[in-house]
Amino acid sequence: MSGLTVWVQGVGLLGPGLSSWATALEVLRGTQAHVFTPTVLPPPARLPPAERRRAGATVKLALAVADEAVTHAQIDPRALATVFTSSSCEGVNCHLLCETLATPAPMVSPTRFTNSVHNAASGCWHIAVASRAASTSLCAFDGSFGAGLIEAATSVFASGQPVLLVASDSPYPEPLHAARPLPDHFGVALLLAPAPGPTSLAALTIELTGTAPPAAGCADASLEALRRAIPAAAVLPLLVALARGEVATGVAIDCPPTMGLRLHVEPVDQAAMAEAL
Amino acid sequence: MTPLAISAATLTTALGAGNAATLDALQAQRSGLAPVRFLDCPLPTWTGEVDGVDAAALPVSLAEFDCRNNRLAWLGLQQDDFLDAVAAARVRWGAKRVGVFLGTSTSGLLQTELAYRHRQPDGALPADFHYGATQNTYSLAAFVARALALDGPSWVVSTACSSSAKVFGNAARLIAAGLIDAAVVGGVDSLCLTTLYGFNSLELLSSDICRPWDAARNGLSIGEAAAFALIEREHADRSSAPSGWLLGVGESNDGYHMSTPHPEGAGAIAAMRAALADAQLQPGDIDYINLHGTATPSNDASESRAVGRVFGPATPCSSTKGATGHTLGAAGGVEAAIALLAMRHSLLPAGLNVLQPDADLQVDYLAENRHAPVRRVFSNSFGFGGSNACLVLGGVA
Repeated sequence: MSGLTVWVQGVGLLGPGLSSWATALEVLRGTQAHVFTPTVLPPPARLPPAERRRAGATVKLALAVADEAVTHAQIDPRALATVFTSSSCEGVNCHLLCETLATPAPMVSPTRFTNSVHNAASGCWHIAVASRAASTSLCAFDGSFGAGLIEAATSVFASGQPVLLVASDSPYPEPLHAARPLPDHFGVALLLAPAPGPTSLAALTIELTGTAPPAAGCADASLEALRRAIPAAAVLPLLVALARGEVATGVAIDCPPTMGLRLHVEPVDQAAMAEAL
Repeated sequence: MTPLAISAATLTTALGAGNAATLDALQAQRSGLAPVRFLDCPLPTWTGEVDGVDAAALPVSLAEFDCRNNRLAWLGLQQDDFLDAVAAARVRWGAKRVGVFLGTSTSGLLQTELAYRHRQPDGALPADFHYGATQNTYSLAAFVARALALDGPSWVVSTACSSSAKVFGNAARLIAAGLIDAAVVGGVDSLCLTTLYGFNSLELLSSDICRPWDAARNGLSIGEAAAFALIEREHADRSSAPSGWLLGVGESNDGYHMSTPHPEGAGAIAAMRAALADAQLQPGDIDYINLHGTATPSNDASESRAVGRVFGPATPCSSTKGATGHTLGAAGGVEAAIALLAMRHSLLPAGLNVLQPDADLQVDYLAENRHAPVRRVFSNSFGFGGSNACLVLGGVA
């Protein structure tokens, strides 16, 4: 088929009832039912102490999944380009800034302002791993995962180098929660490479069909509810295909409706790959 | 990269709406900055506020997007026959083959700041608050894609002050990969309280007009702007010469600090070299560098060292932020549009507001306008989070 092909070399995952890629495999394969238990964000161990203290939820979430993916892919993150994508921002930070700015003589915290930028997670990751490689931070509202996937795949194509994609969303506190009700944190990281390697899970071919197909769903009702509720969880049908190691054709991903993003997933036979290498 | 035609470009800043008003101001070495008037903000600072934003009412069909940022976008789109150029591209390639990639740092956040001033007794935001179409970072690209009837991939890049330089890279990569044939790129950022009070809290706002490259520079003046460019794959039926060419894009990250640039500009050097390599050019091929030049002491010092390291001391350069203010997420787009004007009109624009040049900054900084052929311009954009993006733009011979 036509389209852009990249290889998935590593995965990181953290969300309600999904505490890592490794521990979520049974749920994704459908051999265990998904149970919605709140996401627990680990402290960002890679960050220097000052940045670790200041890290908000979005930074903790993004760094946790990024870490799992690069470890899984056995890749050195110091020269690794990154694409971060999120439908939202650091919600608590945004709320507290707006609350302060509504007072007669606002006293804004400089740290809060610095960490309010959409690329805070990107900046922290590159500090944490001492990387000067290129990084971008995108937003496409409910289509943010699909936008990030297209950007990451075209970056792999343009550079001939691996790219780390990190898609994550965190909820806002009230009163913004009522306007944008995200139920919990959800993050995913995919290490995408231009050629197969020893840790390759699958070849992923990306096509823009230009028509908006109904998005692929998840058979597990609880996972499906998650997919519908959090933009970054649009990745779930892809993760299901990766976890099952089955060929999946025409997996439609939620995107700004006019893109028509479809994925073709072809698992890599790792035993045959090891022999060939 | 294969050079890509920039079929049309426009900018609206404190210097005025459109290319002609901007060129007039640049020729006259006139700044658009003034003591802040916005929302009766009591901070002692100067801003580059755009005239006529409030009057730029959105079409009724797009009313849900109504906020200052999208009004500024709408005002910007009306200039320089940009709508006609996009309409022609839509016919040429089809609406699904034209992408929309725009930069912003704060999008419609002002709308939320104002909503927090009018919370209901139970703490809820006013009922007419629309998160997705205003505050959300993507609001800008959603609005512009709808306003231009474009159905290709669309997203916002939000990497603080490098945002709207980086979108040129998105367009180039998607065109190279064959996913699209053309794209509207650029950026829009508008005045809001978060950036005014935020930069003030970091002691990065000047109480005076900003003075990039001055020995006594003490911070930036925030501006607002809308800038757009139409980038297209080359095609045979071009009826008029393009505005210029996108020759190269270079991107890097400092990996150093969230809000302070690397003192030697290590990340900036990497981005500049990547842009030159992408354009397959040597430093000596560049006729003018439009600096990031925010007028904070550390930014200008770091950038001067980085430019000196890559280009040596002889390439003419200036920051145009003394004229427009620092338009944050729109700065890369604004300065790309200024680069195209510089090439078309053989004008190397002066850096304004310098009283006493900083002897420690060792580059050929333009104290006055210079009139000479400009074939290729280099443009720097650096942001919080250590984000660096550089563009190489070419003129039409």
